[in-house]
Amino acid sequence: MEFATFISYTPAILHGLWITLASWIIASVGGVLLGLGIALLQRSSSLTVRMAVRAYVDALRCLPLLVMIFIVYAGGPSIGLMLDPLSAGILVLIVHGSAYFAEIFRGGFSAVPKGQIEAAHSLAMTPFAILRRVTLPGALTAAAPALINMIINVCKETALLSIITVADLTFEVQKMAIETFASFESILTLALGYWLLIEIFSRLGQRAERHINQHLNMKRSA
Amino acid sequence: MEFDTVIKALPFLLEGLGITLYVSAMGTLGGSVIGIIICVLRWTRVPVLVWLAAVYISYFRGVPLLVQLLLFYNFLPYAGIDLSPLVAAICALGMVGGAYIAEILRGALAAIPKGQVEAGLALGFAPLSIWQRLLLPQMLRLSMPAITNELIMLVKASSLVSVVGLAEITRVSQTFAASTYRPMEFYLAAGAFYLITNLVLSFCSSLLERKLARK
Repeated sequence: MEFATFISYTPAILHGLWITLASWIIASVGGVLLGLGIALLQRSSSLTVRMAVRAYVDALRCLPLLVMIFIVYAGGPSIGLMLDPLSAGILVLIVHGSAYFAEIFRGGFSAVPKGQIEAAHSLAMTPFAILRRVTLPGALTAAAPALINMIINVCKETALLSIITVADLTFEVQKMAIETFASFESILTLALGYWLLIEIFSRLGQRAERHINQHLNMKRSA
Repeated sequence: MEFDTVIKALPFLLEGLGITLYVSAMGTLGGSVIGIIICVLRWTRVPVLVWLAAVYISYFRGVPLLVQLLLFYNFLPYAGIDLSPLVAAICALGMVGGAYIAEILRGALAAIPKGQVEAGLALGFAPLSIWQRLLLPQMLRLSMPAITNELIMLVKASSLVSVVGLAEITRVSQTFAASTYRPMEFYLAAGAFYLITNLVLSFCSSLLERKLARK
């Protein structure tokens, strides 16, 4: 096997990496925001809203991502939802992730001591101010480890987009594997590449976690 | 939407569901064995073994499952190993499940008071019988609910095995979706089957949790 043959695939693979990273970032940001919205709805005083949100979260967490991708991408056109593979994939990643993020935020919210919120109420803070200055900071710090973990999960999930022909890293390397007849070597490199990528981001995540905790410890000792 | 076609295909879908359940259950079983082995490796405190366990967990948790499956299915012919798709799927799911179950068991192991092991050693138990009679029964009991959750994860993960050709429920729906031109109906049906299966399993998990908490 000529080494030069592999070199000629570099631009395609770099482009695939770019698609992987871009869909990861969009899906994470979208999932976190939608998940936060859902977690806030879950704190609503209306029982109907709470039950509807619970059903949404529980149902989505029971469904495999691949089946959701197929429902939206392959089934969508029959109900008039025509999406290109990348948009369909990112949409599903956001919706799928939102259920998990919502659960993480719910855990975070329940970690905020009730007394803090009561204290804020008695200081006549508006509900929005309480959310912004008391509940949310507390919930975010408590949920940080799980949040970081889930964001890293989303990166791994983006590999599924290759199944509906999104030209991400997995797709491009698979194409190279087929065209060069060196499938094992190519896929092995792909696996090692993802491993490195995820390992780097989990190290960064651990550092961020430590940073957040350090800030907490300083506050406590002060 | 027309669900008549789906109803006609129901026997095939149920067969696919059976394969999904079988593969995930066997994967969880195999994963538990691997998880226990990893825990033992870490427990020995021998640096090489501890390192091996860490690399195993890091790989299987760090690489997307789809890529793991592709690599595994490419590796088999490369190494000249001939496995049926069913066995290959069980191995693949078992290996990834093992990495997660090892972490679950690690938590359970940490929850067992150290004094018990010391007492066992003081009474002259061999390390093997300490594991067999003292640690393992308690670890497995403590982690039953979490292992049931892992089974749910593997039921969902097994949908990816369809990509490499095993006729489990996602694959069966895919075939019908393509041949009947009713993708929405068949994928929704597959989704419904997963939903019911996993809701039942998660109910079992919370039941187990409550039962264990009472003791």
